[in-house]
Amino acid sequence: MSEDVTKQVREVVDAVYRSESRHVLATLIRLLGDFNAAEEALHDAFTVAVEQWSRDGVPANPRAWLVSTGRFKAIDGMRRRARFDASLTELAQQLESSTSEAKEWDDESVEDDRLRLIFTCCHPALSPEVQVAMTLREVCGLTTEEIARAFLTTPPTVAQRIVRAKRKIRDARIPYEVPSEKDLPDRLDAVLRVVYLVFNEGYSASSGGSLTRHDLSAEAIRLGRLLIELLPEPEALGLLALMLLHDSRRSARTSPTGELVLLEDQDRSLWNRDQITKGVSLVERSLSSRRVGPYTLQAAIAAVHAEAPIAAATDWSQIVGLYELLFQADPSPVVELNRAVAVAMRDGPLAGLTLIDAILARSDLENYHLAHAARADLCRRLGRTAEARASYERALGLTKQEPERRFLERRLSALPDKTC
Amino acid sequence: MKYMLLIYGDEQALSENERQDCYAESTQLAQQLHSNGQYLAANPLQPTAMATSVRVRDGKRLVTDGPFAETREQLGGYFLVDAKNLDEAIAIAARIPTARKGTVEVRPVVEIPGLPTG
Amino acid sequence: MKYLLMCCTEEKKLTALSKSESDALMDETSAYCGALRKSGHLIVAEPLEPVQMAMTVRVRNGKVSVTDGPFAETKEQIGGFFLINARDLNEAIQVASRFPSARIGSIEVRPVRELQGSHRAAAAS
Repeated sequence: MSEDVTKQVREVVDAVYRSESRHVLATLIRLLGDFNAAEEALHDAFTVAVEQWSRDGVPANPRAWLVSTGRFKAIDGMRRRARFDASLTELAQQLESSTSEAKEWDDESVEDDRLRLIFTCCHPALSPEVQVAMTLREVCGLTTEEIARAFLTTPPTVAQRIVRAKRKIRDARIPYEVPSEKDLPDRLDAVLRVVYLVFNEGYSASSGGSLTRHDLSAEAIRLGRLLIELLPEPEALGLLALMLLHDSRRSARTSPTGELVLLEDQDRSLWNRDQITKGVSLVERSLSSRRVGPYTLQAAIAAVHAEAPIAAATDWSQIVGLYELLFQADPSPVVELNRAVAVAMRDGPLAGLTLIDAILARSDLENYHLAHAARADLCRRLGRTAEARASYERALGLTKQEPERRFLERRLSALPDKTC
Repeated sequence: MKYMLLIYGDEQALSENERQDCYAESTQLAQQLHSNGQYLAANPLQPTAMATSVRVRDGKRLVTDGPFAETREQLGGYFLVDAKNLDEAIAIAARIPTARKGTVEVRPVVEIPGLPTG
Repeated sequence: MKYLLMCCTEEKKLTALSKSESDALMDETSAYCGALRKSGHLIVAEPLEPVQMAMTVRVRNGKVSVTDGPFAETKEQIGGFFLINARDLNEAIQVASRFPSARIGSIEVRPVRELQGSHRAAAAS
């Protein structure tokens, strides 16, 4: 065999690995009932593929071939180890007879397997950081090192989270299944939360290499797409829309020197129109379901912004209305704060300030830097410089993100001198 | 009278071999208690990393990873015994291997008619 | 697979209940236990006396020491146990979430370690 052919086959195998390995893994986990065994089988199947495909050509259905080869390798391995541990003989036999039907890995059940994998990785009995690590590792196929880099932690920490998760899945017996219809809303919430967390980790990157962090947002959007392909629930559509609409502003939200640019000051010609079109149509699709949740409402708000050609043309009445719906769906003080800011845009700064002061008086947002930053901005617009200064200083004392600190400092130094 | 003996110990402290020895000794104790008519039930538990906590608030189920409380020693298993009185229950507790390294809490069981028994 | 459900509640919340409220709670728990027994889920149910009744036993250098009180002060206290059979963690969570205690405190769901070979004899007896 010539070196060229080997190289070609290797390229084909690499391409198949990128497109199929996560599908194959998801199915192998179901067939073998164990994450580690499935990963080992996946690795073995690709090793065999490199040899065999060079000799016999690439099979017509590489995915089915890989699943079948992986399964065979796992059973084979069990047989060999059974010489030392008799209980494995029985297991290997069971596995062979229970999974010999080819329909076990037809396309439809394989899609279900991917969904099973997502729901298992995002099971609420795993802690949130473990859910994130498992999803990125098992569903997205990121390496432990990549995950560690993206989350500014060490590979051993990530590896430990994954080991712990797999042990809990096995020993506490977290089932490998798509939740029943009754449990689906809650369980889907958990999955969406993980996807959004991954997105935000990449989007509001305040530290670390911005390139890797951007990849994280792209990964979250890929996950969002996969999810609506498998399970087009309104909130899944809403989340994908929200991520696309936020991401569309990526290149406009920081200046070339890395400074934050406020939405109203952004160069809207830099907004990604493709992402906006896709996002808006997803919002409409979700809204038409009449089962509207917080992600869809946030996406709808982002869509109103996206559709305004200039900041001054923003339909603030519609945004206030959407925040009111959002507050009903998710009555959090942060939503209330955003609503107050929108009211200020619609009815003037004084109306907004009254609302914000009422929120701060209840003190659930007392230590939230954005509440003080918003208050400072309204005071500035009202010419209440001393108050604005005090609120900016309060916000500065509370923020932990470097670009935000610099932004607030710029605002503070732009205030007129201490004549009130 | 029924007593629950709750066995607490540092779950990181034992090697796998020590754990197996501990189970073997506990099993022996269970068998002796059984022949005295004092044994009702016993079970070792998976470590707290395997624990899941469930709460229901306003009709909504909240599931979280981990035990209900973080403690220096963790609940690793229990014995449910039938003893004449507290002294007898304490004497049994003292024979549980983990009592030598960790702690055994002795708690009387509330007798409610109609509950199924082991 | 066996799971131990530990009902953890702040005892002061329970003592704050009126007689009729606490009776209703007991009745609901008993009725649910009955249903779980019929469905084959429930193996053992043991409500415990409050922690004031607890004794702590330690053996050091062959000497038994007994102290009054629970082994540790925690915000919530274990108030009872249910040993159940469940297919997997999801079913165990489902069973747990329908105990009234889940509404007042929390229920810790912990898989039981299945003993191998010779150790199993006593557990089965």
